[in-house]
Amino acid sequence: MVELIAAHKSYRTVEALRGVDIAIQPGGVVAMLGPNGAGKTTSINLMLGLRKPTSGQALLFGLDPGHRRARSRSGVMLQESGVNGALKVRELVDLFRTYYPDPMPAERALALAGLEEQAGVQSAKLSGGQRQRLYYALAVCGDPELLFLDEPTVGMDVESRRSFLAGIKEFAAAGRTIVLTTHYLEEADELAERVIVIDRGLVIADASPREIKSRVAGKRVSFTSDHALQERELAGLPYSSLEIDGRRVRMLSNQPEGLLREVFRRGLAVHDLEVAGADLEEAFVTLTSRQPAPAVP
Amino acid sequence: MLLAQTRAQIVSYVRIPAFSLTSLALPVVFYTFFGLPNAGKHFADGTSVGLYLMCSFGAYAVSSVMVFSFGIGVATARGQKIDLLQRATPLPPGVAILASVFNALLFALIALLVLIAFVVLAGGVRFPVQTGLQVVGLLLLGALPLIGLGMTIGYSAGPNAAPAVANLVYLPMAFASGMFVPVADLPDFIQKVARYLPTYHYAQLAYTPIKHADEPLGWALSWSAVWALILFSLAVRAYRRDQQRKFS
Repeated sequence: MVELIAAHKSYRTVEALRGVDIAIQPGGVVAMLGPNGAGKTTSINLMLGLRKPTSGQALLFGLDPGHRRARSRSGVMLQESGVNGALKVRELVDLFRTYYPDPMPAERALALAGLEEQAGVQSAKLSGGQRQRLYYALAVCGDPELLFLDEPTVGMDVESRRSFLAGIKEFAAAGRTIVLTTHYLEEADELAERVIVIDRGLVIADASPREIKSRVAGKRVSFTSDHALQERELAGLPYSSLEIDGRRVRMLSNQPEGLLREVFRRGLAVHDLEVAGADLEEAFVTLTSRQPAPAVP
Repeated sequence: MLLAQTRAQIVSYVRIPAFSLTSLALPVVFYTFFGLPNAGKHFADGTSVGLYLMCSFGAYAVSSVMVFSFGIGVATARGQKIDLLQRATPLPPGVAILASVFNALLFALIALLVLIAFVVLAGGVRFPVQTGLQVVGLLLLGALPLIGLGMTIGYSAGPNAAPAVANLVYLPMAFASGMFVPVADLPDFIQKVARYLPTYHYAQLAYTPIKHADEPLGWALSWSAVWALILFSLAVRAYRRDQQRKFS
């Protein structure tokens, strides 16, 4: 359905994509996961024909992605875009429906986006989360076979995010294909059957969420000991990365329970113990076996 | 699709009174100041001053709708990134532009009808219906170069700068072209410059049906065609540059 073939993309001095091959077959949800600036949005833009690859090729339904026949079969929710603020939600949905050959009823699009109550509101007066849902309604109203969602849940509170994800699942259950980008591993895990991990312009993993999760560090374990620890005291523990800063120890691990059991068995003094979910940046350390990016002050 | 897009344009134009009301009211307001006091007078050749000024402010009415609705409208849409999402849909760009042209033509027509009604009712100016129709027809037909001017501004200026740029470019041009004060009453050097302006020849189109034009209709139309060509190629260049920056 969508293909990127050896796609490179450079913007002036920045190399956003450095040779990406992705092929997406019909059916199911595919998540493109990666930290900010990894090249997810660039990939989507190439797939949509909003940007042209510097080299390589992008195909949408076997056609140039800018082709109207290809666009007629796909719906899009972009990260940065706008709509005419003077038009009401329902008017915008009705307008966008006329762009597509075989649209769904406006009521259904509004229901999928959970916007029934805001149908008569001018789009300029919507809240951030409602606006995201309006973009979703506009993306699905053409009843597309393929739906692109670029960071769809950004700016949503927990509640609207939950109902929004349910709406996506409902649309996918109707046999549609969904390609979405996210930088939340849980979101990819919850929705997708396939996760493509992109980092620094390259695909570094392409597998089921289960497999990805087993390969990335899930938890960050940190504690303070009563003396400055040596690395050999922690040797053999199931961690994927270790940082010792005097008496403070930070480890990334998939098996925090086993790790702690071993720490206690060795009789190390443990204070201020913290076990937290690793954020994506940390998780990527294991997947890319690169050094963590220096913290931006 | 074109119909829906046009309707959406019209609805949103109506909902922004800063645009729609201004474009309808200003020509009437100006006519009140400049036209009403002289409505009953006649030029030496017998032409009614009230009728002449109706043509002047008619030209002003249509050209300001064109320059502002495209200049400011396009720049605002670009600023709000409306074009980005639209570009990702199957809507052909030509349809969106055509819808804006229809919307602008409709508002220009309404502005003209409001002005004409005001001139007839408040100014007591009388003229054959056919003359009125000719003035309206020529003004709408001849608006093409001004759409080009508006688009050039809209695709090159940012959303904040566009209103200033549009005013700065268009208002002096309108003045110099005799839309407020007859060209003959303007300073010498402005009179000389005026002959080359698109707005000058545009106003001349409106004076043709009342037989008070400085140049033959064919001449005014040729000038307008040349200006349309120039301004549209500038607009296309600005459009391409904008697209190139966003979509390449």
